[in-house]
Amino acid sequence: MTDIILEMRGITKTFPGVRALDNVNLKVREGEIHALMGENGAGKSTLMKVLSGVYPHGSYEGKILFKGQECQFRDIKQSEQLGIVIIHQELALSPYLSIAENIFLGNEKSRYGIVNWSDMIVGTRELLRTVGLQEAPNTPAGQLGVGKQQLVEIAKALSKKVKLLILDEPTAALNEDDSENLLQVLKEFKKRGLTSILISHKLSEITRVADSITILRDGKTIETLDVGRDKVTEDRIIKGMVGRDMTHRFPHREPNIGETLFEIKNWSVYHPQYQERKVIDGANLSIRRGEIVGIAGLMGAGRTELAMSVFGKAYGKRISGSLHKNGKEITLPSISAAIEHGIAYVTEDRKTYGLILIDNIKRNVTLSKLGKIARRSVINDNHEVVEVENFRKKMNIKTPTILQKTMNLSGGNQQKVVLSKWIFTDPDILILDEPTRGIDVGAKYEIYTIIHQLAAEGKGILLISSELPEVIGMCDRIYVMSEGVITGEIAHEDASQEKLMKLMTRMEASEDAISR
Amino acid sequence: MQFLVKMFRNNMRQYGMLVALALIMILFQILSDGILLRPLNVTNLILQNSYILVLAIGMVLVIIAGHIDLSVGSVAAFVGAVSGIMMVNWSMPFWLAVIVSLALGALIGAWQGFWVAYVRIPSFIVTLAGMLMFRGLTMLVLKGQSIGPFPETFRNISSGFLPDPLGNGELHLMSIAIGLGLSLILIWNEWRIRKTDLGYQFDVAPIGIFAAKVAAMVLVLNIFIYVLARYEGIPNILIILFFLILIYTFITNKTVIGRHVYALGGNDKAASLSGVKTKRVSLYVFINMGVLAALAGLIFAARLNAATPKAGVNFELDAIAASFIGGASMSGGVGTVVGAIIGGLVMGVMNNGMSLIGLGIDWQQGIKGLVLLLAVAFDIYNRNKAS
Repeated sequence: MTDIILEMRGITKTFPGVRALDNVNLKVREGEIHALMGENGAGKSTLMKVLSGVYPHGSYEGKILFKGQECQFRDIKQSEQLGIVIIHQELALSPYLSIAENIFLGNEKSRYGIVNWSDMIVGTRELLRTVGLQEAPNTPAGQLGVGKQQLVEIAKALSKKVKLLILDEPTAALNEDDSENLLQVLKEFKKRGLTSILISHKLSEITRVADSITILRDGKTIETLDVGRDKVTEDRIIKGMVGRDMTHRFPHREPNIGETLFEIKNWSVYHPQYQERKVIDGANLSIRRGEIVGIAGLMGAGRTELAMSVFGKAYGKRISGSLHKNGKEITLPSISAAIEHGIAYVTEDRKTYGLILIDNIKRNVTLSKLGKIARRSVINDNHEVVEVENFRKKMNIKTPTILQKTMNLSGGNQQKVVLSKWIFTDPDILILDEPTRGIDVGAKYEIYTIIHQLAAEGKGILLISSELPEVIGMCDRIYVMSEGVITGEIAHEDASQEKLMKLMTRMEASEDAISR
Repeated sequence: MQFLVKMFRNNMRQYGMLVALALIMILFQILSDGILLRPLNVTNLILQNSYILVLAIGMVLVIIAGHIDLSVGSVAAFVGAVSGIMMVNWSMPFWLAVIVSLALGALIGAWQGFWVAYVRIPSFIVTLAGMLMFRGLTMLVLKGQSIGPFPETFRNISSGFLPDPLGNGELHLMSIAIGLGLSLILIWNEWRIRKTDLGYQFDVAPIGIFAAKVAAMVLVLNIFIYVLARYEGIPNILIILFFLILIYTFITNKTVIGRHVYALGGNDKAASLSGVKTKRVSLYVFINMGVLAALAGLIFAARLNAATPKAGVNFELDAIAASFIGGASMSGGVGTVVGAIIGGLVMGVMNNGMSLIGLGIDWQQGIKGLVLLLAVAFDIYNRNKAS
């Protein structure tokens, strides 16, 4: 039995209103590749932030033992000194600095503050050889592809004398060749005795390279599987990730579904910067009156991109395909045109895209359709106050006054403001992108109730969510996306987390999933 | 009392600045042995600061939208120069020259707005370039010389006063009459607002406090006008300023485009996803700034009675300082027209007061810089405490 290099014992981490980690245990053996798996929001990234000192000692409960020694990291620097290095999902390279400068950033080879460039170049060459990257050390990092940047990150980690390498979804943005290459590099390092923790959604990768797998769900450790001993299959992992319990987290609803309201036909979108990259590929989708339609998919599957490209071309280039409302084709060249046509898009990240945080509730709610409270473009303040007060009562926004700045509201109340804002535009179709992310259970239930009411009023709802229980609990019909392709469509009765997970991790659309 | 405390706390910024302005005025009134508030000096104060206040109105809108405009001084100089050529060299009628000048300002604003909004070059850079370009153009069209004198009618914009058909020479009765008329309008308007608020069943101030507030406003207004009437009466430029403040306060508070400017500066991504045509709004804000910069240029040329290549130097800094002292936020989305005016007056009263007590330009500059820093620090401190 090999030694345990890292043990995390009873880690509990709470944020206001949310318990992100609940008594989590993790044991990593020296020299293995340990996979950490779980749905979005299961607590993987939080756990790794605790480990690397992003959340300092004292802000969580529990113990971290590294090589048998208890660690109390106050910041990332301290954990890095012990050789624990984390590579984040969003790469942290400075695009205008060279590879060499990036690798030794904050840790330059110098004497008396004067950089020794030859030392750094030589060092960089050696490191690049180790990770199998053939690039000149003075190439700007921004000129490299994502896959190569990932390798530079690893080289950077190696330069810090890494003992435990943590990779947060390293292959999420990579194509298959690059992913394969990266995994080979990891296996190579394993042979030399480097331990790594790999966070990934891609089941096929995990089953190929991991030695053991720890599964998290809802902030709890579910189990640790030993790939050598246990019989580990993809189905086995999925079962662990999604769990079995489906309690009464959703209000009751009797769907009353009418005729087709909105259709997206053969919709394709290209990336705004990398114009050869197809982000959405031939998507077909329909929503009927009073229907709640879900889109499930992993991060990067293209759900938000699909929604935003439909919503007045707010995302993407070279958009092709057609939109139909009530059977008639419509074009939505701008966001205001989309709003005019009764389409509302409740954005994913309410703080960045949804709200004007320095403005009050009143101004946020009315912004998208000021015309409703104005005559000849002059706003009727009193009328506005009355309208917004109505929303405050109807949506149960907890605030002393509608003149409260939205930055001072809790996540749930902020979300209610964003929903109010879009309901204020009198939409026929509401696209809700992760409407319950980061809000507590009570507020979630309220938001679900609001969504049910909207459907009951005959509106069409498109619900994008990363939480599978939510998609299954709320939706009449679910589309599943993976890598920009709709890989399947499942009716509420047939939906199970296992089925969805399979379609979500599938690369190509299969015939049987498409044909109903 | 409770209501008063609440009212004050909710409007900390605006009242804070007003109180600061009042304190500064009292300070210099004492230090200057009562010269500051003499009719002649008050009139001068208005004439001296009018063009900065006009610029501050445009600048605060630019800043609310999340941009900055460093070119306004040069634009004002350029438009002043062109107006000089039109009126003095070409003998163009003054009204036509004014219209052409304002249109030229709009064109310049559109040029800068185009680069900012559609090419997405940061406004700091676009307007820094504009500052150099239009200064250069000014010198070019004037060939390094001053042009003057301007026709009388044009000079009246910034040095004329309201005529007084009723007057006896001692007191400007026409001004007093206007002051009383405005008082009536003010009372009626406050009463009307109160009645609609009551109609909507909103909270309103108790009748006693309401009466006291309106009485105070009427009193300040009439004292101010009385002081002016003791000299030559209401200056023409004050009438222009009055309408500008009225119109822009209305636009920022009451209109859809006003809301869109705030939304753009507050969070341009969220604004754009809410259907605000963010590029177009940016363009409009710069066109507006161009027109107001042109107006300021005309006022300055009229006051100097000459178009000079050195006109408008550092105007942009005064206008920007006025906006920030008046509570605008560097990151956009926050600020008021009235605040910028108060900020401009704070600077103006300090300039004037310090000159009166004989402080040199060296001390003046230093103290003004310190006041700008402290005013914004106070503002940020308050905001952090609030959240």
